[in-house]
Amino acid sequence: MNSIILQLAAKYLKILFLLFALIALIRGHNYPGGGFIGGLLAALYIVYDSLAFTSQQIEKKLRIHPEQYIGAGLLCALLSFIPGIYSGSSLMKGVWLSLDIPVIGVTKLGTPLLFDIGVFLTVMGVTLLFLFTLSTKR
Amino acid sequence: MEILLSALTGLLYAGGVYLILRRSILKFIIGIIFMSNATNLLVFLSAGIVPGQPAFVGDAPSDTELMADPLPQALVLTAIVIGFGIAVFTLALKYKFFKATSTDDLDQLTNTDA
Amino acid sequence: MIETGLPILLPFVLIIALLFSRSAVYSKWIGILGGSLNMVVAIYLFSQLRQHDVLVMQMGGWAAPYGITLAVDYLSALMLLVTALIVLVIAIYASRFIGDKPGYSKFHIFFFSLIMGVNGAFITGDVFNFYVWLEVILLSSFVLITMGAKIEQLEGGIKYMTLNLIASLLFLAGIGLLYGKTGTLNMAHLARILNFDQQSILMNTSAMMFFVALGIKAAVFPLFFWLPASYHTPNITVTSLFAGLLTKVGVYALIRFFTLFFVQDVDFWHNLLLIMAGLTMVIGGMAATIYFETRRILSYHIISQIGYMIMGLGIYTPLAIAGAIFFMIHNIIAKINAFLVMGIVSKIKGTFYLKNIGGLYKERPFIAILFIIPAFALAGIPPLSGFFGKFILIKAGIEDKHYIVTAVAVLTSLLTLYSMIKIWNEAFLKKQPEATHLPPKVKLGISEVLPSVLLALASILLGLLAAPFFELTLSAANQLMDSDVYIEAVLKRIE
Repeated sequence: MNSIILQLAAKYLKILFLLFALIALIRGHNYPGGGFIGGLLAALYIVYDSLAFTSQQIEKKLRIHPEQYIGAGLLCALLSFIPGIYSGSSLMKGVWLSLDIPVIGVTKLGTPLLFDIGVFLTVMGVTLLFLFTLSTKR
Repeated sequence: MEILLSALTGLLYAGGVYLILRRSILKFIIGIIFMSNATNLLVFLSAGIVPGQPAFVGDAPSDTELMADPLPQALVLTAIVIGFGIAVFTLALKYKFFKATSTDDLDQLTNTDA
Repeated sequence: MIETGLPILLPFVLIIALLFSRSAVYSKWIGILGGSLNMVVAIYLFSQLRQHDVLVMQMGGWAAPYGITLAVDYLSALMLLVTALIVLVIAIYASRFIGDKPGYSKFHIFFFSLIMGVNGAFITGDVFNFYVWLEVILLSSFVLITMGAKIEQLEGGIKYMTLNLIASLLFLAGIGLLYGKTGTLNMAHLARILNFDQQSILMNTSAMMFFVALGIKAAVFPLFFWLPASYHTPNITVTSLFAGLLTKVGVYALIRFFTLFFVQDVDFWHNLLLIMAGLTMVIGGMAATIYFETRRILSYHIISQIGYMIMGLGIYTPLAIAGAIFFMIHNIIAKINAFLVMGIVSKIKGTFYLKNIGGLYKERPFIAILFIIPAFALAGIPPLSGFFGKFILIKAGIEDKHYIVTAVAVLTSLLTLYSMIKIWNEAFLKKQPEATHLPPKVKLGISEVLPSVLLALASILLGLLAAPFFELTLSAANQLMDSDVYIEAVLKRIE
């Protein structure tokens, strides 16, 4: 599609998509949302771009190949196991860290968040890979 | 509500079975997607429905009878994700097969049998 | 026991490493290194079983019926061990037969995700978690079977996909019904609940769903048609891997489920299993005799030999189950070896079609020896592993007065012998047919022959050391038949 309105809108709207994805990711521990939904929304941010332009153009524009997103996501998931292993009890055990950050207040950071970020990146990478593979004429 | 959803499950299974008996590969794949959704509903219904209550979050009622069972929800989420992956793969496979042979007819698939 | 998670964690780490390394040379070495590490892990877990009866880990530290349990008993440990051997061998074999062929650049990633699924399925103690591992196996195998994207592969892939997807759906539906009735999915907890349940006949719906689903996975008689239609299409490395491991996951699950918690209606189930076993053996064996394509012959043999394992489960005595486990392990090793040798033959002759092959005995006597070992092992000639597997099963059948299925088992081994002799006569003894175009003479490297040599040694050792190995499988079978140890270990020992 070659519509100037869509292309112009894509520039600004995609920031909104990405923001929404991040919010879904962060609130996911206790409320609806989470890494999977966040990842899909983040992929939507690029899907929207590829509607405005073509997916080949977008694939060229991406600095990081989708496969590396998957790799990074799996790596995050792996890293989230390490505190649990280090504490010696069990694999995938949640370990929490309480931080007092000014403005936001007391925030609890834990391995589940890291795992969720891993899911986020993996889902995003996988969705993009689907998109690019299915839309290019190979 | 449960009766309605059970009927829907049955309907989806019926539609799925009908579609996977068709000769077209695409209809077959749609049938599989129908059946996978029916199965997801079945798993979701396995613990019964508690309307309007989350699993443990927030001010959940102290009586466990009134609380939704979290496990089927988790199972269904997993199953949906798996179904998503499989649907994409089957569609890609079908696309590639169609490109190579330009046939959508399951009856043409006899080359690897004998 | 945090080490219990290693068989899953190790392939996971390898997948990440492979995703970031983009050269074929690195993938090859990561594959071989990973195979060796996996072997170390399997041996370590096996050695740990000497001190504990069952190794248990609760994922995330959630106590048993609520969280996901990983549990390794003797059966799981034996399966992990033989899987590790296969992984190592296939990784070496792939370095030459996959190498850096175009279209195969992601082979190792999916190879290890398949192995992660297989290892996970062997050690999990939760029915739903088992389903997830099945899907991991399924998705990786979809990709592997269509990798290279030749037309016949795509067609085989569609057939493979069709029945296996239906199997997964049935399995999931079975899980839903089971959860609706019992409110738990932990295998040990299920066993405990169902043992005190008066209306356990209601379980038969779920049990039937599980049986059909796992029957499709294991390629049991009326449900096997996907296997011979697809197994001969992909690269020979992939075929060998599938031939050895995929169906055996189904058999493993049948053994696990029908000894641990579907034990209420034994008369019905075990008669059904025996009938299925007999038919599977005969049909598979007979179908194999009519083909002249080595991969098809061997594919039908997979089915025929699944019958023996199901027969062991159907007889349902400790001896019979020990025989089934023995036979399963022997069969994984010998079957993969037969496929690997056929891969070498096709590399020399350029075809899998027996009519166009000949004279290999004179040309390459070493390959002939390499073939004769798995062939005789599969047919059940005495000093090799297959003889003892069949012997235990037949002895168990006679002791428990199942004469018909025992007779069928004996007769089927004649059919197996016939097909093996056919391959031997056609490929090795007969003169090379004149009219065929031979590829230029190939020199075989160590990475082509070494896997077969290793597996042949394993086959011979399994035959020579049959007595101590039988003790191991018997203790695995005793653990399965006396499931209290497993249940106690999972539900009580919470670390």
